[in-house]
Amino acid sequence: MRNLIFFFYKYYTFILFFTLELFSFVVLYQYNHYQRASFLNVTGGFASGFYETVNSTTNYFGLRNINDSLMAENARLRSQMLNAYYQNGFTQTSINDTLYKQQYEYISANVVNNSVGKRNNYITIDKGRLHGIKPDMGVISSNGIVGIVTSVSEHFSTIRSALNANTKISCMIQKNNAFGSLEWNGDNPKFSSLKYVNKHVPLSTNDEVVTSNFSMLFPQGLPVGKVYAHSIDAGDNFHAIKVELYTDFSTLKNVYVIRNIFKGEQEMLQNNLKGDH
Amino acid sequence: MIIDFFKYIAKLIFIILIQLLVINNIELNTYINPYIYIIFILTLPVTMKPWLVVILSFFIGLLMDTFSSTPGLHMAASGFVGYFRSFYLSFACSKEDFEKQIAPSLAKKGFAWFTFYTLLLTLLHHTVLFYLEIYSLSEFFRTFFRILSSTLFSVLIIVISQLLFYRNKESR
Repeated sequence: MRNLIFFFYKYYTFILFFTLELFSFVVLYQYNHYQRASFLNVTGGFASGFYETVNSTTNYFGLRNINDSLMAENARLRSQMLNAYYQNGFTQTSINDTLYKQQYEYISANVVNNSVGKRNNYITIDKGRLHGIKPDMGVISSNGIVGIVTSVSEHFSTIRSALNANTKISCMIQKNNAFGSLEWNGDNPKFSSLKYVNKHVPLSTNDEVVTSNFSMLFPQGLPVGKVYAHSIDAGDNFHAIKVELYTDFSTLKNVYVIRNIFKGEQEMLQNNLKGDH
Repeated sequence: MIIDFFKYIAKLIFIILIQLLVINNIELNTYINPYIYIIFILTLPVTMKPWLVVILSFFIGLLMDTFSSTPGLHMAASGFVGYFRSFYLSFACSKEDFEKQIAPSLAKKGFAWFTFYTLLLTLLHHTVLFYLEIYSLSEFFRTFFRILSSTLFSVLIIVISQLLFYRNKESR
């Protein structure tokens, strides 16, 4: 017993170091959403408030660019409005629409903190649980995709940006629906890579890459980017595709969080399948 | 004693603010991510108890994690620096340094000593940080290159900041 006490007394610095190190490893690799979210819930509100204060002062510098991108988006949306189309019929009947049911809702938000230079980038936005945001929702900008919500506090949420080693987004080539997984290799924030597209699929540069119909987070066909370069390594079954992203992450200010109303239903059905084999 | 305590708190806040508001916004390249906040750990007095240094380094790591939504990452990395600092100092400092209770700085220990000391511990910090961040060996060499370039940048910034303070102290 005396030896034990002596041991603790002699190595208490090491024991302290080891315990704290163990603690941080547990927090770091608990990719269980609950643990991660609870850490960020405790610390996140504080940090986000700080970033919002900083952001409210630096926000004015980018107003011109934000205006331009919002104007462009307005113009695009206006051209999709009903009154922008020539009406080709005589009668117009209003019916309770049973063919089209709304599946996706968009919640607009402002970016209060963002980075593009790290290997794993995160974005903080100023909308949270009170505004209906939950973890695992897709996030887009007016140009293209942005990322996935990871944790939510009352007024803020953290997004795992598409520029992150752990973000994998299901995408497809628009012209032939060949699907693959969008993963960032950490080199350049303007480019990402599309993996697991079979090599027999014909490709050419400037092919549109859009979100696929497999993703529960994004509606099908949202613009992601275009093929910048592609090649097939010897002995590989897949194309190596470099995708030029439409979203400019370095000037990101306004984003939309996507709520999939049918997500719970789809997940439940797919979870039933898991017990099947 | 109390004055010292407040001095450390003020220094801690100042260094964290510099890291978050200035250094984190540099974003030259994805290969250059300097982290200079460990200068706080590097310049603690040599006679400070090792357990206190360890606790302080975990605390500054926790602060960094709070502001970069990476639970545990900076904590693990700066914890290593805090623990191995005492090791390194125990044979890199003379008895005289311990008696005078100096805080390692460019002015007290000279350019070569301080640069080497900073380089060694920054390299340790960045190695732990960047490999834990990617958590796979699939990008081993790319991460290695990222560590080297970021370390050089961090050391450069730390040494330059020391030169600024060095001149201040001389003129007093």
